Amino acid sequence: MTALLKLFRTTAFKLAVSLLAVFTLTAVLSLGYVVWQAEHLIAQQTVQAVDNEVAALSAIYREEGVSGLASEIEARARQPGSLLYLLTAPNGEPIAGNVGALPAGALDRGGSDEVPYARLGGGERAQARARVRVVVLGGGFRMLVGRDLGERNRLVQVLVRAILGGLALVVLLGLAGALLVAWRVLRRLDGMTASSRAIMAGDLAGRLPVTGSGDEFDRLATATNAMLDRIVTLMTELRQVTDNVAHDLKTPLTRLRNVAEEALRSGGADADRRAALERVIEEADALIGTFNAMLLMARAETGAVRQTMAPLDPAEVAEGVAELYEPVAEEAGVPLTVEAAAGLVVQGNRELLGQAVANLVDNALKHGAGEVTIGLARDGSMARLWVGDRGPGIPAEDRAHAIERFVRLERSRSTPGSGLGLSLAQAVARLHGGTLTLEDNAPGLRAVIALPLATEPGIVTMRERKEAPALLPAPAGTDGK
Amino acid sequence: MRILIVEDDPEAATYLVKALGEAGHVADHAADGEDGLAMAEQVVYDVMVVDRMLPKLDGLAMVGRLRAAGNKTPALILSALGQVDDRVAGLRAGGDDYLAKPYAFTELLARIEALARRITPGVAETVYRVGELALDRLSHIVERGGQRIPLQPREFRLLEYLMRHAGQVVTRTMLLENVWDYHFDPQTNVIDVHVSRLRAKIDKGFDRPLLHTVRGAGYMIRDGAA
Repeated sequence: MTALLKLFRTTAFKLAVSLLAVFTLTAVLSLGYVVWQAEHLIAQQTVQAVDNEVAALSAIYREEGVSGLASEIEARARQPGSLLYLLTAPNGEPIAGNVGALPAGALDRGGSDEVPYARLGGGERAQARARVRVVVLGGGFRMLVGRDLGERNRLVQVLVRAILGGLALVVLLGLAGALLVAWRVLRRLDGMTASSRAIMAGDLAGRLPVTGSGDEFDRLATATNAMLDRIVTLMTELRQVTDNVAHDLKTPLTRLRNVAEEALRSGGADADRRAALERVIEEADALIGTFNAMLLMARAETGAVRQTMAPLDPAEVAEGVAELYEPVAEEAGVPLTVEAAAGLVVQGNRELLGQAVANLVDNALKHGAGEVTIGLARDGSMARLWVGDRGPGIPAEDRAHAIERFVRLERSRSTPGSGLGLSLAQAVARLHGGTLTLEDNAPGLRAVIALPLATEPGIVTMRERKEAPALLPAPAGTDGK
Repeated sequence: MRILIVEDDPEAATYLVKALGEAGHVADHAADGEDGLAMAEQVVYDVMVVDRMLPKLDGLAMVGRLRAAGNKTPALILSALGQVDDRVAGLRAGGDDYLAKPYAFTELLARIEALARRITPGVAETVYRVGELALDRLSHIVERGGQRIPLQPREFRLLEYLMRHAGQVVTRTMLLENVWDYHFDPQTNVIDVHVSRLRAKIDKGFDRPLLHTVRGAGYMIRDGAA
């Protein structure tokens, strides 16, 4: 019973029933009109037939008088059919015809009328009605011509019965159909609900059933499944990050603790203690740095920074970072060059893009060799902002892994860094609707940030990118914010 | 200097009051935004250090109200947040500088002193002088002992910032923020290399160095021994 109640409560059932109601109402109205029209037409035909008969008989009366008319009526009255005839004498006595009984006074009124009657010798047939016309002839003779209405009424009855029967069938079938549709919808929904419950209960591998029919439920299920996939990916990443965070924070924390403990235990000279304290601060700073990088990445990935974006020329980012790192590169004996295409515009955050490129340059200077190039080129609807080095590169199979958060390839464990550089660059690229990929620089590694272009190049000129001549820096007083 | 500290963590506040006292400043402490607002309205402070998340009245709202009332005391916003959008919000609300927690005390002190300097002397100063070194902000000419020193635009801005804060410690992050307009930690000693280049240009060949490294803090330009 509750199962049936559930069916009745479904939207599909309610929709089907209301559609059925509308359809039935329309059918009743239009069929009712048809019946009414048919009835009207038959009535007209009846009047017409009676009038024709009256005209014919009147002609005979005019030519042959009452006796001629009487014999003609007798002849016609004997023929089978629905026509009625009656000829009465001035005293009201019937002379000829097939009408047995009429209501009193029916013959007194002239003209057309609908009256109950009984056929001569027809027994007591109750409720027979006829459309009649009474004509007063000369000398008090009266003639009645009529037509039985039973046929008409039967026709209308048959029509109405057929229509009502049809409608009943339609309503029954409609209700059954509605229940069927509701049941199917309910079955799909119950399946989805059950799957959702299972997923909520912790079965994260579970997915909503997809029948492959491509209907709206399939689309909903597919979208929901995609969402579940994303959630699972995020959760897996989160778990991995948590593990990595635990590792990356516990290692320096342990070092920090060791240093402090060692200083306490040895109880050495003041200078030793001072050195130990300085190392403690150093380790704490490294920890803070790791935290900051993690926070920034978290912020970048939630998209909270998106509102700080503005149109900018990535070449400016490339040149800005090159300018910042040029002395460091020179000190390391590595030429740092910029190969930037002009006139590209992307929607972005200068600071984050700068930090991403700075991270890549930092990596290139630490792990690469020979030369470092910051490049910018247009590739279809994307701007490719890349940093290439001539170092050992990363084997193709390790590249995707290298971008993952905190991952530092085994051989680079000895060099300092939080291990966040590439993953932060990736977070920044994603935030800008782009990607970070690692490519072969042949030889060396090339890290490419692909960013979607904001407008067609050349339409928006950001500003002259020519460096101001030496000794003519930006206007004075730009100190501060 | 008289400094107002609005900070709800009593331990952090006690530490700040003590450390600022040791650095020769007088610091008052308010434990929530409403107290801070009341104190800032009654006493003229040189700088206020305001934590962003405060009980009763949020730090940004507190600064906003002071600014609305015409109070121009420089405010340094402290926050456990510290990303691009938070900093923008902090500066937009009327903060003059923004420092993310946790911070090094030397960094905070350097910024407090820089903030106090910012409004005290005349802004119209067009030539900065430190000893025999002179920087003309209008003609962009740098001279030392009558000898002209050619500088790259960025070196000029670096020196300009250092000289504006002559006698004060300027940290690496302050330089990165104010000269390069970047607010991230570059992980490498990029700023040190820029500064040593500048030092090579202005101090090389002269017997008295002007650009000093302050160990564990940053740099300072001044006439005299470090």
